[in-house]
Amino acid sequence: MTDTSQAAEIENDQETTIYDELPDAPPKKQLKLTWTGKLGVGVVAFWVIMVFIGPYIAPYDQAEILDMDSYLPPGAPIDGGGTHWLGSDKNERDILSRIMWGARMTVGISFVATLLAYLMGVTAGIAAAVKKGWTDMILSRINDAILSLPTIMLGLLIVVALGSSIPILIGTAAVIYASSVYRIARAYGQEIMVMDYVESAQARGETIWWIIFREVLPNAAMPLATDFGLRLVFVVLFISSLSFLGLGIQPPDADWGSMVRSNLEAMQFAEGWGVLAPIWPALAIASFTIAINLIVDDISAKSGGDLAKKMI
Amino acid sequence: MAELFEIDNLQIAFRKEDGTPVQIVKGVSFKVKAGQVVALIGESGSGKSTISLATMAYCRPGLHFPGGEVRLHGKDVLAMDPQDQRSIRGNKVAYLAQSAAATFNPAITIGEQVTEAAVLHGTLTQEEANKRAVDLYRALELPDPDRLGKRYPHQVSGGQLQRLMAAMALVSGPDLLVLDEPTTALDVTTQIEVLKAFKKVIKDEGSAAIYVTHDLAVVAQVADHIVVLYSGEIQEQGPTDQIINNPKHPYTKRLMAAVKPTPKAGMGEELDEEHQREIPNVEVKNMTAGYGGIVNGKPAITVLRDINVKIRNSHVVGVIGESGCGKSTLARVIAGLLPAAKGEVFLDGKKLEADLKNRSKQELQKLQFVYQMADTALNPRQVISDILGRPLEFYQGFTGTERREKVAELLRLVELPVEFENRYPSELSGGQKQRINMARALAANPEVMLCDEVTSALDSIVSSNVIKLLKKLRDATGVSFVFISHDLSTVGSFADEIVVLYAGRVVEQGPVDEVLAPPYHPYTRLLISSVPELRVGWLEETMQKREMAVGIARGVEITDTGCPFYNRCPIAIEGTCNVEIAPTREPHPDHFISCHRTMEEISEAENAPQQVLHGFEKAAPKGDKAAAAAL
Amino acid sequence: MQRMVLQRILIGLVTLWVVSVLVFVMTSLLPGDVAAIVLGQSATPETLAAYRAANGLDQPLIFQYFGWLGNMVTGDLGVSKAGGAKISDLISGRLGNTMFLAGLVAIISVPISVGLGLLAAMYPGTWIDRSLTFGTLALISVPDFFIATFAVLVLAVQLGWLPAIANVAPENTFWQMARGIAMPLIVLVIVVAAQMIRMTRAGILNVMNSPYIEMAILKGVKKKRIILRHAFFNTIGPIVNVIALNLAYLVSGVVIVETIFSYPGLAKLMIDGVQTRDLPLVQATAMIFCGTYVILIILADVAAILANPRLRNPK
Repeated sequence: MTDTSQAAEIENDQETTIYDELPDAPPKKQLKLTWTGKLGVGVVAFWVIMVFIGPYIAPYDQAEILDMDSYLPPGAPIDGGGTHWLGSDKNERDILSRIMWGARMTVGISFVATLLAYLMGVTAGIAAAVKKGWTDMILSRINDAILSLPTIMLGLLIVVALGSSIPILIGTAAVIYASSVYRIARAYGQEIMVMDYVESAQARGETIWWIIFREVLPNAAMPLATDFGLRLVFVVLFISSLSFLGLGIQPPDADWGSMVRSNLEAMQFAEGWGVLAPIWPALAIASFTIAINLIVDDISAKSGGDLAKKMI
Repeated sequence: MAELFEIDNLQIAFRKEDGTPVQIVKGVSFKVKAGQVVALIGESGSGKSTISLATMAYCRPGLHFPGGEVRLHGKDVLAMDPQDQRSIRGNKVAYLAQSAAATFNPAITIGEQVTEAAVLHGTLTQEEANKRAVDLYRALELPDPDRLGKRYPHQVSGGQLQRLMAAMALVSGPDLLVLDEPTTALDVTTQIEVLKAFKKVIKDEGSAAIYVTHDLAVVAQVADHIVVLYSGEIQEQGPTDQIINNPKHPYTKRLMAAVKPTPKAGMGEELDEEHQREIPNVEVKNMTAGYGGIVNGKPAITVLRDINVKIRNSHVVGVIGESGCGKSTLARVIAGLLPAAKGEVFLDGKKLEADLKNRSKQELQKLQFVYQMADTALNPRQVISDILGRPLEFYQGFTGTERREKVAELLRLVELPVEFENRYPSELSGGQKQRINMARALAANPEVMLCDEVTSALDSIVSSNVIKLLKKLRDATGVSFVFISHDLSTVGSFADEIVVLYAGRVVEQGPVDEVLAPPYHPYTRLLISSVPELRVGWLEETMQKREMAVGIARGVEITDTGCPFYNRCPIAIEGTCNVEIAPTREPHPDHFISCHRTMEEISEAENAPQQVLHGFEKAAPKGDKAAAAAL
Repeated sequence: MQRMVLQRILIGLVTLWVVSVLVFVMTSLLPGDVAAIVLGQSATPETLAAYRAANGLDQPLIFQYFGWLGNMVTGDLGVSKAGGAKISDLISGRLGNTMFLAGLVAIISVPISVGLGLLAAMYPGTWIDRSLTFGTLALISVPDFFIATFAVLVLAVQLGWLPAIANVAPENTFWQMARGIAMPLIVLVIVVAAQMIRMTRAGILNVMNSPYIEMAILKGVKKKRIILRHAFFNTIGPIVNVIALNLAYLVSGVVIVETIFSYPGLAKLMIDGVQTRDLPLVQATAMIFCGTYVILIILADVAAILANPRLRNPK
């Protein structure tokens, strides 16, 4: 039914504007999330909400010692009434509550660090792409050097040298990941800088600021936003790894990485399902990072597969 | 007995994101008889390429076949199972794509790619296929046929690749050949060489062919039968003679009207002298330019040498030449986008700085550059009112409602609706984008517009409309134009003066009526003869001509000494032309030809009967076997 | 082409030098006075000063840097501040262990990853592809320490097949070695392979969009041949690049894995060094890691240049 009415509509169109120039190509596809992408959006939204309200709706305080026994299995009753829905940890605290508090630390800190990394990386990357020459040369070599230090090692060195506090953790992650953001921002910047519309603006006599803010950045924004998601995943993993090594967020503040570490021994000592104590926070990390990757995959992995499907 | 090939009520559609189907081919039917060449002609968006792919039951990702049949020897290929469809592709039906450069796999040798289909389908053994490939290279007049197969695609020229693709298609002896715009991306002289080769092998092999193109003049040379398409529907079909000489359908007539005339004297318009001034608008003196580091006024890669060009007030100077001749570089040097290595550029008698960074805002305003590809020239993240409004504000200080009014005025000037001001470039068609592109240059209120191949990427009807618009703008604004193109007929119909560039040097320049009339520089002559004419039999006639044989068989060589055209010139003097720089002769005031031959000698050569150019045989460059063979 | 390769190597050398500056500055920032740590409670101001003078610690940082760089280049890694042992001796045994682990990981993971990546690219959208894409996505999304922890939980604690602590000693038999190294090996292979499978698949699918692949389809070439002959050959450059980058990533992964399994490798040595403020040890190990990393990245770039047919077969 729609088939014929559609065709009729097109025909009518032609009669009014006879032999008009035909449009170049079918209009660009709108981004449409698959169900996995939607699931990703849901999970990310859940944790973002937890960042803001987690501590207020958590059943217990993150540092509150509730029982006499560590590593109680999920569903175990609490002496004073109530239930450990996900069990208790080494120090007799409620794991569910700590995970809800931990969202603020892990997700919040990672987000701020990624944002900072973007601020630094994009500024330097676009500057290198626009200024070229020596600016590019020097920035790129410094960047290469930072990139060639394995991230976790660089993080270790900085944190050990400067001590572990939340600002330093954020700063460290931001500096380390700014270098990969720089690489990408510079690549996009260079790609856009050779476009005719940028040359046209230069030939018009526009200032460098106009070129950066009106010509280059608006066109780099979309791909950089996609990359932001991936970078956030890396930062979450990085901060969790530092915490896991005992150099990240310090107790009694709950964060998912250090929760895995401090409960690791449950695997050997806990009884029954109490062994899951380190698994819950790890699952929290995984759910967040997988969710972001699902969204990013939906956005970026549209191409390629289609033609391959045509092969016999 | 069934027809060789038949398309019956073919429909092709895609599904929009919301699931509604959109038909792009709406019930097309035509037949191809054995040995026949059928042309599908139409503009972009007409569905002609999509139909050509459907001959092999193939459609691009996202498309599907809701109905119709494609019958080869009476069997519907759309209904076959994938294995049978695969056994037809490259075997019974073979395909030639538009861009050979992109279609050859860069990592595999030419020989393997050419023979692959025949070997895989089991038609030939590898040795037989290799032998057949070499025969085909020879038939297609490719150089060094015995060793060509061992080379990689990037090691041969574009025109050669295009012919190699024909070899690839023909190797397994297909019943039907599908050619999708195989000469569109080529220069005129290359196009003619490829056309000639195609026509010959199609005839020799006796296979039927479907030839897809938007160029009627090309179709007239190769097709027996023409199918005219618009928006996925057949408008008219019939024998070539009838369609070319007696078109019935209004759309076909429109297509015919947009065909460019053969370049000749008097095709341009008379110029009134009212805007004339003593000092030329722009003058380029002794300019040498190129890329890479500059040492002693000589760049690492020289693109242009000793160029002298004057652009007079309100004049249109057409710059013509084939790809790589340096015509775009000339415009970039004038605009200051590429600083010259040597020489000067003057604007209204005042010397300009070589680099645009050192030029004043006023100077920048007076010279505006219009890019070839509107797609990359317009910022996709700015709406039209910003794209046009910025130069208005930047150079002339218009803001607020004044700016809005000026934008509307510009849109009207380029014949676009005022509502477009809120659209993004991606919401416009190719021709509309090109109009915006020109309107942006006009917004600066310039004295000179440098137009770099502004019509090359457009379909014939759209491009002829853009030329009409340019003429209107010239008359309305008094702006001077530097109009760069590889298309001599477009230049001839729009320019007042023509500069012919060859391998970075000016070989001829002067008023349009004199450049397009004898005596010609041998290269100008080659160019003029290579522009296809809209009549059946033109190709055969042209190929009889001596200068075609020599000029077509060889490629451009960039030389430091002598005349750059030496190796392709039918009247070259060995020992002189390849050694000394040609003197500049002035047959008429302001008409210059750089050639060792005198005007009398050139005229004599031109007037001599075409096949018997006595007296010049000895002068022909050595190693002229290809030319001799073709004669 | 030689020029391009040479250029890459030169840039790599410059990068290495900048790395050395970074490492030196960073380690100099490590808190604590080395002299005080080494000499302990009994130190007097005089002995501290004498120690500093003897080790060049009283000189300006820039002199210390060049002295250190000079020693490094000539192969003199210095003496451990903690134990007084020669650092080259400390490192040599540990380096062997780490190289053994990394080498095994590479040998196992590279063929598996390229194979699975090809497989996924060959059947896009099928259940094989979907499960591979989702599985690898999940693996790259979870922290390595989680995979390690999980492996311990399942293989060591629940099933009791493998030891949770990786014990390797020179006197071990091969079988003992294999059992000892199994746990870190499995974890690293999983982590590295997941990344490589994804990138191989993406690389091939990217090439699959080229017009020459469409041409191959239109010539009636079979899918297997399209992937293996037409697409794969053009993906070798990117794939080699991916492999080198991931082997470089091993350097990072090793830190976490060696810590978790107490594997006596170089990373463990370095972390111990950081904790005991053993400056020369940290500097030496950091330079080895970074040097390896830079060399691998240069190799990746050179491989990409060599794999480009346009550069390999000039006109």
